[in-house]
Amino acid sequence: MSQRIHVQTEINGEAQDFLCDPRESLLDVLRNTMGLTGAKEGCRNGNCGACNVIMDGILVNSCLVLAVEAEGSSITTVEGINTPVGLHLIQQKYMDHAALQCGICTLGLIVATKALLDHNPAPTEHDVRLWLAGNLCRCTGYDKIVRAVLDAAEAMRENV
Amino acid sequence: MHSFTYVRPQSLEEASTFLSEHREQARILAGGTDLLVQIQSSSVTPDYIVDIKHIPELNVLSFDETGGLRIGAAVPCFKIWNHHEIAHLYPGLIDAVQLIGGTQIQGRATLGGNVANASPAADTIPSLIVHGAICDVIGRQGIRSIAVQDICIGPGQNALAPDEFLLRFQIKPPSIGFGAHYLRFIPRNEMDIAVASAGASLVLNPDDQTVQYARIAIGAVAPTPLLVIAAGESLIGQPLTNESIDRAARLAAQAAQPITDIRGTISQRKHLAAVLTRRALVKAQERALQSLKGASH
Repeated sequence: MSQRIHVQTEINGEAQDFLCDPRESLLDVLRNTMGLTGAKEGCRNGNCGACNVIMDGILVNSCLVLAVEAEGSSITTVEGINTPVGLHLIQQKYMDHAALQCGICTLGLIVATKALLDHNPAPTEHDVRLWLAGNLCRCTGYDKIVRAVLDAAEAMRENV
Repeated sequence: MHSFTYVRPQSLEEASTFLSEHREQARILAGGTDLLVQIQSSSVTPDYIVDIKHIPELNVLSFDETGGLRIGAAVPCFKIWNHHEIAHLYPGLIDAVQLIGGTQIQGRATLGGNVANASPAADTIPSLIVHGAICDVIGRQGIRSIAVQDICIGPGQNALAPDEFLLRFQIKPPSIGFGAHYLRFIPRNEMDIAVASAGASLVLNPDDQTVQYARIAIGAVAPTPLLVIAAGESLIGQPLTNESIDRAARLAAQAAQPITDIRGTISQRKHLAAVLTRRALVKAQERALQSLKGASH
């Protein structure tokens, strides 16, 4: 029987701690222990980006992070991207551009977009496509997604 | 999934002591982008996972004019390409760290992991080789240095002793007239494993722009990434012309010993080794000329 480990983190701005088996991924704990089901399990091997979260300011696949590795980390999930008054501009622009079809990839894409725009508020189309290359959309709605991201970037720059 | 104990050493000494006692049953965890997939699929079944990311020496990322570049083995690719000074000084290294997986993978994946995994197609290895990178490894006997081209000894096999692990990479400061480039061929635009790859570095003479130093390394065309000494040496003292570049590219292709597999065939890979070497040299030349131009101002 393997150990249960006590992990202390900050999730979406609040101190959170949990117990986990060392084999559990951060994705497992977010979904099954913390009830944060926004991060999706698509491939479980780092190919699809549906489980994206921001960990200490860096975009990661939560399926390829052990939950125990999150000790001391600050994590933002898609649930933490909403603003107190409602949707974040990124989410609004995804809706405006109909940049989603089945919606499974959307949560990871929203998180990846947030990480991109935190990092680079004025990306080119090439920057957007390169940054999002690790987020797969099986409905192949990429053009609308790229347009939504570029529009969100512009709107966020104007909002500052 | 196989059950394991998670260990988080806080110092080099603590990690070395643990590994010397448990190395056969232990796997080192850096970014985890290879290891955790291997554990999920039960292709490795370690009893201990040793997370080395909390050891300060493995997180160093620094440059200075005398010591050059130091990159701790646990620094993720994303931090390397986001370091503006390093990205400016070593664009040929950034070529490699910026194309491993997508942004999310680069947020975790490390140089140490890419090198220690010793894949024949590892993207950072040809780039590190042409930059003359030295890898410091630490074990019970202390620290020793290995040139990166000597680390891989076969597919998935490295030259480290059981109690050793990667500490850091060191690259000299770039000389005036230095330029390097790394590129690969994949059938997709992003997110794939190299069918073949090539790295090249050059130092051009400031007076007549002949080649003072050249290194060529090729990947995914042999059991390990290869430093092709003859290809680099063929350029020394020469001006870079179509003929001299073609000759170096042919020598690189001759050194390739590829296999046919799901990603490519022997003849395609040999062809690619020449094409990619040529392109790597042309881009390295462009960067070397920029360096000369920058120095003359």
